[in-house]
Amino acid sequence: MKLRLAVTALALTAFGFSAFANETSEMREKLMKQAGGAMGTIGAMAKGEKPFDQDAVKTALEAIAETGHKFPDYFGEGTENLGDEASPAIWENMDDFKARSAKLAADAEAQLAQLPADAAGLGAVMGAIGPNCSGCHEKYRLKKQ
Amino acid sequence: MGRFGRALTTLVVIGAVGAGAYLYLTRPQPYTESDFAEAGEPDIKNGEMMFWAGGCVSCHASPDAEGDAQLVLSGGLALKSPFGTFYPPNISPDPDAGIGNWTLAEFASAMKRGVGRNGEHLYPSLPYTSYVHMSDADIRDLFAYMKTLPKSSNVTAEHDLPFPFNIRLALGGWKFLYFNDNPRVVLSDASEAVKRGQYLVEGPGHCGECHTPRDFLGGWKTSEWLAGAPNPEGEGVVPNITPGGAEVGDWSAKDIAYYLESGFTPDFDSVGGSMVEVQRNMAHLTAEDREAIAAYLKAIPAH
Ligand code: HEC
Ligand code: HEC
Ligand code: HEC
Repeated sequence: MKLRLAVTALALTAFGFSAFANETSEMREKLMKQAGGAMGTIGAMAKGEKPFDQDAVKTALEAIAETGHKFPDYFGEGTENLGDEASPAIWENMDDFKARSAKLAADAEAQLAQLPADAAGLGAVMGAIGPNCSGCHEKYRLKKQ
Repeated sequence: MGRFGRALTTLVVIGAVGAGAYLYLTRPQPYTESDFAEAGEPDIKNGEMMFWAGGCVSCHASPDAEGDAQLVLSGGLALKSPFGTFYPPNISPDPDAGIGNWTLAEFASAMKRGVGRNGEHLYPSLPYTSYVHMSDADIRDLFAYMKTLPKSSNVTAEHDLPFPFNIRLALGGWKFLYFNDNPRVVLSDASEAVKRGQYLVEGPGHCGECHTPRDFLGGWKTSEWLAGAPNPEGEGVVPNITPGGAEVGDWSAKDIAYYLESGFTPDFDSVGGSMVEVQRNMAHLTAEDREAIAAYLKAIPAH
């Protein structure tokens, strides 16, 4: 009887952990997809595939800033091995990782403070934000396929 | 020391036993001065394009150099590999610390024959296994462009390699087995763009060095050309970039060219890992050359 209880308890803990792990991983992915989608909106206008729309640029930059602010919340102790594409190097350089995320938010906010008036200004926006993405992916993101 | 270590030791031993034959078959074969006596006038602008296509900066600039400081080829990077740590040397035009006193034939010997200035075998961590495809004219132009770069007096560390990898003589055996200038894929009816892409990818761009899997002796599995490989730096993978690749398979040639230019995938994921530096170098090429690379990647066999 006792044994059965213990097994149930174990199973519950394991279940609880995996639900938590999934949520953490899903939040990481959700925030990054949000940043990717936002860059896609700006990029399509910059390439001339979509007409310029200042409100959409504003919404996109706000989404990128939000990603920058929230992303590090999902990299606590014990979330090193969730099987996603987060590199173990993050936990060895947590301060640098957080600083990069904060800089992404700050750079997006700086662009919000001086929104471009036409599509010609979007190249500069891409140039200001883009290196944050590749710089962090260079050190902290591991392709799995 | 692992399978590779034992195999290389065997090579060393075979070398000692069949010393005469081994030494003859595996001797360094540099160019002679007369091979380049009539090289012609260099085109420095083309040399600069070869410089970016070749990605020299990624290994020979100081690791934290950004912007123009990347043009100082002082060395300073520690290149970790399964065989030990390499320290790519100073190749700035400094006459003492760099290659300022080298002749074009000596430079070509390093780039296309894997032979150093003192007649020694060089390690294929300098990707001469790819640069061997470069034309003599492009080597000449590249050398002329590099002479215009700033000098550095930095002296780099000796490579830190355990036995038997520290024996340069053994490299002769490796080169005998694996070093050749065969096309890596044979493409019939290739367009001019695809041919140009083949040259850039298999030659200066050395894309196969990371994207093609290797056997236990570190030689390419050419039947799986660009089919993806484990990440040599640890966890993760270098992706398959053939038309069968999990991601690239769905990209158009235009998407590939845009990725090489901007670092963004079609769904605006951003480039990462060791590809970041490669992409930054590719951004310096002409749009036609990036499109040629994309056309070639669409034309090769799917894996
Ligand atoms: C502070 C570091 C950091 C910054 C800055 C950053 N990323 Fe990421 N990104 C990551 C990490 C880590 C992952 C892997 C997440 C995972 O698998 O859990 C990732 C994954 C992604 C993914 C894949 C998400 C998925 O699983 O489908 C996309 C898309 C993405 N990033 C886009 C961007 C874009 C666009 C930017 C710039 C606007 C950016 N990232 C900036 C660290 C960063
Ligand atoms: C992947 C890293 C890598 C890249 C890319 C690379 N090199 Fe090197 N290079 C090395 C290493 C490592 C050595 C030392 C080899 C040895 O000691 O046997 C080297 C050696 C050399 C040498 C011989 C120098 C000497 O003092 O013996 C020359 C010349 C050279 N590289 C030129 C270039 C040029 C030009 C490019 C770009 C077109 C380039 N390399 C790109 C890693 C690299
Ligand atoms: C130093 C190693 C290295 C070299 C050299 C290299 N790559 Fe890559 N490449 C990578 C890595 C690692 C990735 C995964 C990038 C990431 O994590 O986002 C990649 C990704 C790519 C992708 C995107 C694939 C995907 O599934 O996201 C393409 C396309 C690509 N490389 C093309 C090239 C071409 C063309 C060349 C030669 C000009 C080249 N690569 C040379 C390491 C390399």
